[in-house]
Amino acid sequence: MSKFFVFIDQFKGQALPASWEVVTAARQLADQAGGSVSALVFGPEAEALAQTAIHYGADEALACADATLSDYRPEAYTSLLAQLAKEHSPQAVLFPTTTRGRELAGMLAIDLESGVLPDVTAINLQDGKLVATRPIYAGKLLAKVVCNATPQLLTLRARAFGKPAADSSRSGSVSSVAAALAEGDIASKVVDYAAGDGRVSLGDAGVIISGGRGVATNPNLTPPAEITDAKEKEIWLAHQGFALLTELAEVLGAAVGASRAAVDAGYVPYAHQVGQTGKVVSPDLYIAAGISGAIQHLAGMRTSKVIVAINKDADAPIFKVARFGVVGDLYELLPALTQAFKERLNK
Amino acid sequence: MFVKQVPDSAAKITVENGVVNWGDAPLVINPWDEYAVEAALLLAEKHGGEVTAYSLGDENAKEALKHALAMGCQQAVLISDPALANADTAAVARALAAAAQKDGADLALFGKQAIDWDSGVTPSMTARVLGWPALSLVAAVPALDPAGKTIKVERAIEEGRQVVESRLPAALSIVKDYAEPRYPSFMGIRKAAQAQIPSWTLADLGISAPANTVETLEISAPPAREVSNEIITGDSPADIAAKLVDKIIGEGVL
Repeated sequence: MSKFFVFIDQFKGQALPASWEVVTAARQLADQAGGSVSALVFGPEAEALAQTAIHYGADEALACADATLSDYRPEAYTSLLAQLAKEHSPQAVLFPTTTRGRELAGMLAIDLESGVLPDVTAINLQDGKLVATRPIYAGKLLAKVVCNATPQLLTLRARAFGKPAADSSRSGSVSSVAAALAEGDIASKVVDYAAGDGRVSLGDAGVIISGGRGVATNPNLTPPAEITDAKEKEIWLAHQGFALLTELAEVLGAAVGASRAAVDAGYVPYAHQVGQTGKVVSPDLYIAAGISGAIQHLAGMRTSKVIVAINKDADAPIFKVARFGVVGDLYELLPALTQAFKERLNK
Repeated sequence: MFVKQVPDSAAKITVENGVVNWGDAPLVINPWDEYAVEAALLLAEKHGGEVTAYSLGDENAKEALKHALAMGCQQAVLISDPALANADTAAVARALAAAAQKDGADLALFGKQAIDWDSGVTPSMTARVLGWPALSLVAAVPALDPAGKTIKVERAIEEGRQVVESRLPAALSIVKDYAEPRYPSFMGIRKAAQAQIPSWTLADLGISAPANTVETLEISAPPAREVSNEIITGDSPADIAAKLVDKIIGEGVL
């Protein structure tokens, strides 16, 4: 019977939502193949997360809350994954496409002399093998790939496999497992951590509001007199523009994105960049304000379900991929849009 | 440090009979690798040491290496062998690891991923082959002690900033926050143009052809999306906004 392993990516005891999508996808594969799903949960809250994994469709969970796994350290995690894979001989190990998921899948492939299929958006079972589709060149092309070794290692892109649904009446066994490495065998140590701004991250977001160069071009605003430097004036203007995006994002529970031009101009940090050299995203709703739509940006967001473009230039390429377009001033439209959503969504 | 030659990110990429085509768009050094070159140069300037750029590929990849040389790397090496023609990421990692070992490197630096195949696994895979710690998404190196064989890095992870101490040698993937890559200098460009770039085969690396387990069955264009564009107009921003909100809610995506 084929066994599907799913790695549950967590940070400080909180699972990343993409992990449950992978459990759901693995459940479907296991049902097709007549197999079972085992969730692998390491780190703090491992036992509680193991139960949640079962609610999302796992048959059993292997949990390790050993102190050496409290902070994610790739060596410690990989060694335990490799040990469990050798003991249980799964057909495949599935990870969410997160930084940790990619990293571990790659390292595990080396330990198990297998290969990795990263950032997969679709899977077909063919003759018992997983044939995966993955976007390449930031989604400008699709590659159909297969791994001819066992276990097959895949990372699944968030939001590509449907919404997971939990069933709290499901039950399954949770086994505690011991860590594979002792503290002295681990070469790295996490010594400090500062949380980010806690905003919705681009990868998980169902709605993204992005801004481009256009957010810094409000002719009706005058930067304060004490700002004399031209570049600082531009950034001040950009910040006023991004504040409007952020207000709308808060109403919709959305993440704030940006074009590469806006990031390169210093308007917002790189973490917000959507595009070929930023994050490739696929939300249900993508609102692009003041973004003209360079090919690199389109590559990063074109698979969004509904795209809305707001731009003064009616010829901007972004309108070609947009379901809805507004030719106009984002400074006028965004506050009106925020207000209209507040009213309609009773917020 | 390791670089890859890729089509420019503005290229219009197409595929015909399974062959990827980027028209007349130039091949460039992978944009993420430029940050790694910059990081390597800054670390060598501050802590001593030499920077060697490696690239795996055909003769074309020498352009990426020349770019790295023009930026200031001391040496460049092309890793090229017919047996690596269809190498998967694991095979690439084994070849890169052999090169790092052959030259006795203390640090291996990578960009976080390449913009062609978007795999993002080569840095950690290479680290694992070497048995070195993998330190990814490095935004700063606040401390490096080559003699004491320790390093401290600041990682820009999705959840925030994390400071990690590690033993050397180690493999790092570098993110954009590290520093803006320098432009190649005029002297650098001249030097790079004249540089003899050695080419190493697998035999030079002392390894046999690594096994390929990943097979590409097909490359295709994504299905064309039928987008029905609709421009929303109205008497006032409030009017347009109200209509747009109705339309968005009507799509059932909220």
